[in-house]
Amino acid sequence: MTHEDVQADAGIPKNFNAEELDPFRGVDFSQLERSLRRPRTFMSMLLSGIVAAMTLFALIPLFSVVGLLLWRGGRKLSIAAFTQLPPAPLEQNGGFGNAILGTLVIVGMALLISVPIGILSAIFLAQAKSGNRLASTVRFAAKVLTGFPSILAGVFAYGVVVTATGGYSALAGAVALSILMLPTILLTAEDAIRMVPSKMKEAAIGMGATDTQTVWMVLLPTAVPRILTGVMLAVARGAGETAPLLFTSLFSNYWLIWHGHVKLMQPTASLAVLIYNFAGMPFANQVELAWAAALVLVLLVLTANLIGQSLSRRQVE
Amino acid sequence: MPADSQISRPPSRIQIATDTAFRVLCQGFAWLALLIAVFIVLKIVIAALPAVRQYGLGFLTGRVWDPHKKVYSILPEIWGTLYSSVLALILGTAFGVAAAVFLAEGFVADYAFALLKIFKLQFHPVWGKLPRQVDNLLRNLIELLAAIPSVVYGLWGLFVVIPLVRPACHWLHAKMGWVPLFGTDLSGPGMLPAVIVLSIMILPTITAIGRGALVGVPSRLRMAAYGLGATRWETILAVTIPTASPGIFGGVVLAFGRALGETMALAMLVGNANVISASLFSPANTLAALLANAFPEASPKDVGVLMYAATALLAITLLVNAAGAYILQRTSSDPEGSKA
Repeated sequence: MTHEDVQADAGIPKNFNAEELDPFRGVDFSQLERSLRRPRTFMSMLLSGIVAAMTLFALIPLFSVVGLLLWRGGRKLSIAAFTQLPPAPLEQNGGFGNAILGTLVIVGMALLISVPIGILSAIFLAQAKSGNRLASTVRFAAKVLTGFPSILAGVFAYGVVVTATGGYSALAGAVALSILMLPTILLTAEDAIRMVPSKMKEAAIGMGATDTQTVWMVLLPTAVPRILTGVMLAVARGAGETAPLLFTSLFSNYWLIWHGHVKLMQPTASLAVLIYNFAGMPFANQVELAWAAALVLVLLVLTANLIGQSLSRRQVE
Repeated sequence: MPADSQISRPPSRIQIATDTAFRVLCQGFAWLALLIAVFIVLKIVIAALPAVRQYGLGFLTGRVWDPHKKVYSILPEIWGTLYSSVLALILGTAFGVAAAVFLAEGFVADYAFALLKIFKLQFHPVWGKLPRQVDNLLRNLIELLAAIPSVVYGLWGLFVVIPLVRPACHWLHAKMGWVPLFGTDLSGPGMLPAVIVLSIMILPTITAIGRGALVGVPSRLRMAAYGLGATRWETILAVTIPTASPGIFGGVVLAFGRALGETMALAMLVGNANVISASLFSPANTLAALLANAFPEASPKDVGVLMYAATALLAITLLVNAAGAYILQRTSSDPEGSKA
């Protein structure tokens, strides 16, 4: 069968010109191709490149900080660094064992203050009706407090604790840190309780549970991982803060626990203040110790962050 | 049927009492949290009152800080606080919003997908997850920037940023010293290193909030723009960013508040000099750095003056933070996020 025969069978006239029926006649396909010569495509590619470069550039400090910490701090890190006391000027070696202990004690005391207040208010906020004036005021105050300058928390603790007790102490530092930790704990705990599926709450109420029983037996157990996430994030923030400790817990070259007595009302060392003090000293040994302490502090903060994130992630899956 | 054989019973009197007590307790703690916030503000302001009475408004406009002559004023500190924060905000916003767009639009995932396509692995059960993982990794890395304590940034700034920028500053001052920005030379600590470190510290805030706002833009808006033939970047610049701008702006304001109150990095890098200068390389001082440096060795009489300075810082930051929280609350209560 020839080509003409097929055309005749299909009822197409013999003088048919294939080009006239072509729906894509006159379309220049090269126009539709993505070409960098076209200004719009070029702009798009260029901007993508710029944004990618800027994002990577923003990450350079992170790698620089971490790399330097590992290099300069890791060199000095030894068991002695964890067990010995800070050296005097021109003295060699030494460590910052008392500062690690001090940071842990101050953050722990800050938790004792901020966790009960934060979680109990969060329960109230989560249970309150949407129009509750007190709840929305507390929420707004907490949000404003998240951006509260850390140094002002120190000023407040100085005015309240240091002047009242007559001296710098671990307690004053803990009060300052608890102010910075409270909003984080409060807001994440409220979110956590609100995220509990409402059918669980309704089931408890339907069984005849009182509000308190619902909170303790249903809402809190379900919300605990997320609440702990908030607490760990607050710990991470508190451990890294320096400014509020500068003139509340000050610094000390001695152990917090001495001959079995815990001295909570004495000036107390902390990692962050040690880094600040030693970084400005003209002695190489002190600067090296500052780097090692910075490495320990960053590891501490990162561990708290990671624990916090893993707690809430497990629940999502 | 005897009443005691019923399974259900109303709550006992003790249970009702506990319930009421617990509810009152929770409400009491909510009041306590609010009172603490109010008390903090009042405590600082009241402690500042004697100094306010003694020095008046001249404290805010004078330029001398001399504890020996008992002359105090904080205009250079106010200037340094605002100048460093604004400069850091410009730098941090540029990079922060760029990173937010990069993360929100899934560029990395696209690149990873294209890369996998070359090896025909894009739907592989294990490798196919890679684009998503790369995306998450990048987001977590940006958030890690916020996890590093500010004193560590200060240490890094002292030993890395200052030596790094010093040659460039010498060159700029020598060649273009007539520009006010380069009017003085960098001799160790100064405004520029402080601003660089400060902008790194506020970048994660801008990126996290900005990314949230960009992701929240309804995809039908984006699709409509694509359907009209817009390129990816025409869509981003004309549709996505304007729609998300209230959220991004709220993040920028919060970052500004953070920059104003940041202490350690500035106390270590800004140079603590009582001067007002437009130069990027001149040492300066900020309110927070002044407090950090002067408080530990302040005599009881000086404390009142420092409380006055703290009140000034408090007023500035509370104003900025309340504005940021208000903007974010208003945009998040708007479900479409499309008020712009």
